[in-house]
Amino acid sequence: MNFILIAVIVLCLIALVSALILYLCSKKFAVHEDPRISEVAALLPQANCGGCGFPGCSGMADALVKAADKGSIKGLTCPVGGLEVMTHVANTLNLSYAQTEPKIAVVRCNGACSYRPKTNEYSGMLTCSAINICGTGETNCGYGCLGCGDCVSACQFNAIHINEKTKLPQVDENKCTSCGACVTACPRDIIELRKKGPKGRRVFVSCVNSEKGPHALKSCKVACIGCGKCEEVCPFGAISIKENLSYIDYEICRSCRKCERVCPTNAILTVNFPVAKDKKMESQVKQIVAQKL
Amino acid sequence: MNMKLKSFRIGGIHPVENKLTSDVQTKVAELPKKAIFPLSQHIGTPAKPVVNKGDHVKVGQMIAASGGFVSAPILSSVSGTILKIDSVFDATGYRKPAIIIKVDGDEWIDSIDRSDKLEKLSEHSEFTSEEIIKRIKDAGITGMGGAGFPTYIKLTPPSGNTAEYVIINGVECEPYITSDYRLMMEHPDEILVGIELLMKATNVKLVFIGIEDNKPEAIKLLSDKCHLDYPSISVVALKQKYPQGGEKQLVDAILGRRVPAPPAIPVNVGAIVQNVGTAFAVYEAVMKHKPLIERYTTVTGKKLSGPCNFKVRIGTPVSDLIEACGGLPDGSNKILAGGPMMGKSLTTTEVPICKGTNAVTILSDAEARRKDPQPCIRCAKCVSACPMGLEPFLIATLSAMRNWDKSEKEDIISCIECGSCQYTCPAHRPLLDNIRLGKSTVMGIIKARNAVNKKETNDGK
Repeated sequence: MNFILIAVIVLCLIALVSALILYLCSKKFAVHEDPRISEVAALLPQANCGGCGFPGCSGMADALVKAADKGSIKGLTCPVGGLEVMTHVANTLNLSYAQTEPKIAVVRCNGACSYRPKTNEYSGMLTCSAINICGTGETNCGYGCLGCGDCVSACQFNAIHINEKTKLPQVDENKCTSCGACVTACPRDIIELRKKGPKGRRVFVSCVNSEKGPHALKSCKVACIGCGKCEEVCPFGAISIKENLSYIDYEICRSCRKCERVCPTNAILTVNFPVAKDKKMESQVKQIVAQKL
Repeated sequence: MNMKLKSFRIGGIHPVENKLTSDVQTKVAELPKKAIFPLSQHIGTPAKPVVNKGDHVKVGQMIAASGGFVSAPILSSVSGTILKIDSVFDATGYRKPAIIIKVDGDEWIDSIDRSDKLEKLSEHSEFTSEEIIKRIKDAGITGMGGAGFPTYIKLTPPSGNTAEYVIINGVECEPYITSDYRLMMEHPDEILVGIELLMKATNVKLVFIGIEDNKPEAIKLLSDKCHLDYPSISVVALKQKYPQGGEKQLVDAILGRRVPAPPAIPVNVGAIVQNVGTAFAVYEAVMKHKPLIERYTTVTGKKLSGPCNFKVRIGTPVSDLIEACGGLPDGSNKILAGGPMMGKSLTTTEVPICKGTNAVTILSDAEARRKDPQPCIRCAKCVSACPMGLEPFLIATLSAMRNWDKSEKEDIISCIECGSCQYTCPAHRPLLDNIRLGKSTVMGIIKARNAVNKKETNDGK
């Protein structure tokens, strides 16, 4: 009986002392975390993609709260959650959130196999970055897409794929979150984040070849040759030619598509615009239909 | 020579020699119709053109001046008019700026001594160390073994380091190539005078010429001459092993000294390594006033009808030399500037012979095609083959995983890209492809970090 009593008392004492130590430690070494951080983190999509530039969603939440303490969360954006999530976050932090235009990854190379002749054969490790340090790859263009899909493997959202026909990467507009992982993965800086544009309509130069015109044209039929016609025709001054290469500033471009019409090599691409009605064709079709009837 | 032959201590492989052109007398290549001079034929800043379109130039005239501290001028190897200054494909596989000259006759500038008379250093006591280095610099001499580091910089060691030995690299460990061997056989006296000049320039009293034992005739010829006339130069026969021609391996083989990891260079352990071709170029530049406008190049390949060694004007397109050897073999070929182990594959035959092009190797489709990579079987053959004591399987995997921090810790930048690991891998894994990618990325990271650190210390001051 005595033994049991002693044991119980000793154990209780040990438990008491341990509890006291634990209590003191938790007071002494307590890490104070701003409760708003976990609140904000809960609002974020938890994709942990790093698209915002911070290590995961908790890192972003931390950065958001720190920025809120300074007064504004301007410049911070979650590419996955977009405007909706950011507005929620701003409300939680008692701030307003100005909308930033949604962006999308744009592949600035149109050198499909039919336009860009194969001049030699590469046998070796099949990643774009490995080919890039060996030379121009299988074609003579030292700037164009290598088609091995470094961007595809970098994408966490399954939003970029190599088109079987053209062997060029294609961005899925609905899935792309503009996190920029493909931009850093591309060894030739072909992919750029550009403004998505109203109804997804955008105009861009689909070439990054900065060689002189004849050289560029020799290696690819749809290369930008830096002729300057687009620069001349642009009514808004959105186009500049630098190192034999035209670049359209998406902040200034109003999508008038005048440049597309004058480009001699079809290097300027326009996407998501409605197909222009061909009146001649239409009347012909009408005639045929009328005849049949 | 019954003592054990020297060689470097760790790693190394024994690829098949295939020295098809060892006994082929060097031919003087015909003058090209059009000569191409890329502005960066050396390591460092590209040269700056000093001629304009339409100018007439003579052989030996400077067409591009040195572009910075680590740079070298380019001198015309032909006479003719400047056609254009444009971009052309060079051995890197990319278009790079170059001067293109339409050749017209063969008019040399007057100061060049074109006679065959051997000028000895004992007859020219007026040369000082500075004078020799200046002439080497003005002649545009860069390392002739392939890497192309400007020679005059190598001859002026950074402060705090003194050179004890000059090592002359006549190893030529790479398969197929015989240009250095032919040079040693055909111009031994000029090379030895060139070595004397290098000794005088660097104020060094002892020289070793490293030659592998697969070239017994060259070893005999040079050692006999050294015994008679040049007591301070000795020929060291080395056991054949690839990559013995690498600077660090050669220093290890001859002196038994290890060069530490980059940025250390051989002069940190007291050695200056120069190629035999460089010694010959130094002789011509100092004694004959002839700048670096010609070099010895092997054009070789098993399928080629007449593989040959050429004395060729720098700037001659590779296609001209291949034609002189009987044209490209049928079918698809792999054309390499350099040998099969470290050569750069060319995408076009219009690439010119540069200062560092020691060979053009043509491999047939079957020889060049790679086998499909299999999973690593952890045999560690690559580890025992690596001459730098690295773990190729590890750094290759790390860089494939884009783990640059760990790659740097595993010393990826020490890799000399000799390809021994990939050659020896039984699973045909693309080890060097991955390592090369990792090395270039890590070097970029280090460079960026150093720039930031430098800026910070400057700001701190």
